[in-house]
Amino acid sequence: MARITMREAISQALWEEMERDPAVFILGEEVGVWGGTYAVTKGFYDHFGPERVKDTPIAENAILGAAIGAALVGLRPIAELMTINFAFSAMDYVVNQAPKLRYMFGGQFKVPLVIRAVGGGGRQLGATHSQTPDAVFAHFPGLKVVSPGTPEDAKGLLKTAIRSDDPVLFLEHATMYQVRGEVPEGEYLIPIGQSKVQRPGRDVTIVTYAKGLELSLKAADELAKEGIEAEIVDLRTLRPLDMGPVLESFKKTNRAVIVEEGWRSYGVGAEVAARIYEEAFDYADAPILRVAQKEVPLPYNRTLEQAALPQVPDITAAVKEALK
Amino acid sequence: MAETINMPKLGFDMAEGTLVRWLKKEGETVAKGDVLAEIETDKATVEVESSASGVVRKLLVDEGAVVPVNTPIAIVGAADEVISVSSEQLSVSSEPSSVVSRPSPVAGEQTAPMPAGDAQSSIVNPQSSIVKASPLAKRVARERGLDLSRIQGTGPGGRIVRRDIEKVISEQLLVSSAPSVVSGQPSVAARPPSVEGETVALTKLRQAIARRMSEAKSSVPHFYVTHEYKMDALLALRAQINGYLPEEEKVSVNDFIIRAVALTLREFPNLNASFAGDKVVRHGAVNVGVAVAVEGGLLTVVCKDADVKSLRQIAAEVKRMAAGARQGKVRPEDIEGSTFSISNLGMFDVENFAAIINPPEAAILAVGSARQVPVVEEGQVRAGWRMKATISVDHRVSDGAEAAQFMQALAKYLEEPVRLLV
Repeated sequence: MARITMREAISQALWEEMERDPAVFILGEEVGVWGGTYAVTKGFYDHFGPERVKDTPIAENAILGAAIGAALVGLRPIAELMTINFAFSAMDYVVNQAPKLRYMFGGQFKVPLVIRAVGGGGRQLGATHSQTPDAVFAHFPGLKVVSPGTPEDAKGLLKTAIRSDDPVLFLEHATMYQVRGEVPEGEYLIPIGQSKVQRPGRDVTIVTYAKGLELSLKAADELAKEGIEAEIVDLRTLRPLDMGPVLESFKKTNRAVIVEEGWRSYGVGAEVAARIYEEAFDYADAPILRVAQKEVPLPYNRTLEQAALPQVPDITAAVKEALK
Repeated sequence: MAETINMPKLGFDMAEGTLVRWLKKEGETVAKGDVLAEIETDKATVEVESSASGVVRKLLVDEGAVVPVNTPIAIVGAADEVISVSSEQLSVSSEPSSVVSRPSPVAGEQTAPMPAGDAQSSIVNPQSSIVKASPLAKRVARERGLDLSRIQGTGPGGRIVRRDIEKVISEQLLVSSAPSVVSGQPSVAARPPSVEGETVALTKLRQAIARRMSEAKSSVPHFYVTHEYKMDALLALRAQINGYLPEEEKVSVNDFIIRAVALTLREFPNLNASFAGDKVVRHGAVNVGVAVAVEGGLLTVVCKDADVKSLRQIAAEVKRMAAGARQGKVRPEDIEGSTFSISNLGMFDVENFAAIINPPEAAILAVGSARQVPVVEEGQVRAGWRMKATISVDHRVSDGAEAAQFMQALAKYLEEPVRLLV
């Protein structure tokens, strides 16, 4: 297996799918000549040409409007949003048009669209460009929301997303493009809507995804030094949410901590905790705890930004609290 | 209309009671006020009176069962009335989910015994708000037939969690798999035969004493002041008074002390008080608690408004309550509401001792024996009756000077006891 970065994994998925299917094309700001703000599509413009790698105006509603139109007439657009924060400029397309057209037209149309968007804080981009509003988008039926935490998952899930006949919001974390991981050789797909145990353990279940996975794995290493074995379940997909591995793990450990980078209120943790209580109440041995972002607009100041984001010590502390 | 008798709530912190004994059988006639059963609470064994007249139609719990308060324990109705237990319970219980079931030992099936000394419990009340347990602990307890109210929780706020249940289960397995192992036996080889050690399970009363005294001694800063009283006049007066009284009405030294203490407390309201976090509550009534030794512990019977009662009234009341306590049959109102306590070991030839405060009271008086000792008066040594007493005081409420003044003021009544008669 090759050990590559998240950036390479995403890039490989895009490249392989564009090679495989001529209906697949990319559009977005600076995706072509420049090679992508995060250099994911470097070399694509030269190889696939301006027809299939389209630079757009700085107008997210135009990007999404064009992408949805193309999808309705049989193409497979991959629209890149420089950051998920800009999706708010195109909110009607993201949550009102793309997820509902197939439903409202009784299946006469489908919307095979992938929206790739960069999210997350930690790069000092200020309050409006650093958000992790994943839960907002996961709220809407009809929109699949995927957010991988490893290069392997990123590649396999993105390829599946591109082949999906329904819109998929594919969330990439701004600070994870350099994360390295083993990726299988050759072609492989990972189904959307399957959670996965990324680290086995017996004492407590940590439910997380994306950046939270990276932090939780570090926290689990710290905890292991103290003899606490945390099992980490990676959601990978926020909608449709696969609670199977979460419940299976919880029924074993009876205690859970949910780690997400977004704000706590009305967040992923709230959803997961509620489902555990609904489906495994009799297995709970302690209140389920959440680790999340402080309830403030994310500060620009580096120290404050780091203080507001969930960190490894927050997770280890929560786990110990949950084990009391 | 049949009436349901519930486990009474005797005292504000009572969560459950053990039904020790039924005094009426099913089918027996009972009048309102008749004693139906004896129950053991944290503090004492008390009697449950029937609140209805009729025939005891159903006893809903077995002897030995631990029953949450307000849970139906019996149904009294007319002899020919059709009693449907479940509907009856539903109609009287505001919590239809309270489940009362009688244990039904299954013949030929080995059931795991509860840890030493536990009576078999018949009540599982998953809705009970008293027992804090995790959902997992509750489920396992239900499956295993464990009584959560008997399990010590080690989770946050005393919550019973998985490890607590597992501990009980492993102890059960230990007991059932190795019944011949006697715990607590030191493995000393070839010792001359002697008295074997034994492990004694704590009674409810002992548990309550252990808990309350540990709490008191570790959280209340005690200080002590000892005073010696001239008892010649009081003893003479007592002899004189008792000369007029029949045997069963005779007045004890302690009765004099109760009245003397009560009158002195009127002058020292700060010692007839309770510490309450950010304030001191001075009680209006002077209710003097008197420690009574009972089997396996002690109880404090309470002489209410002792400052306005005559010596004979005090004597009669204390006599009645102490007798009840010793027989294990006190009324809840007899052991509640004391504002100051007296512990008297005078009958055991004790010179002096110090007592632990009975929370939330601010002070307790420990009384020794009246003894004839050489005393010096006006330069002459002669024989005199003296009695020492030590007051233990909550230093958060009061200070040494006040306690000393109290002890001095008490002398006025003990040494000039005629004051107690007027």
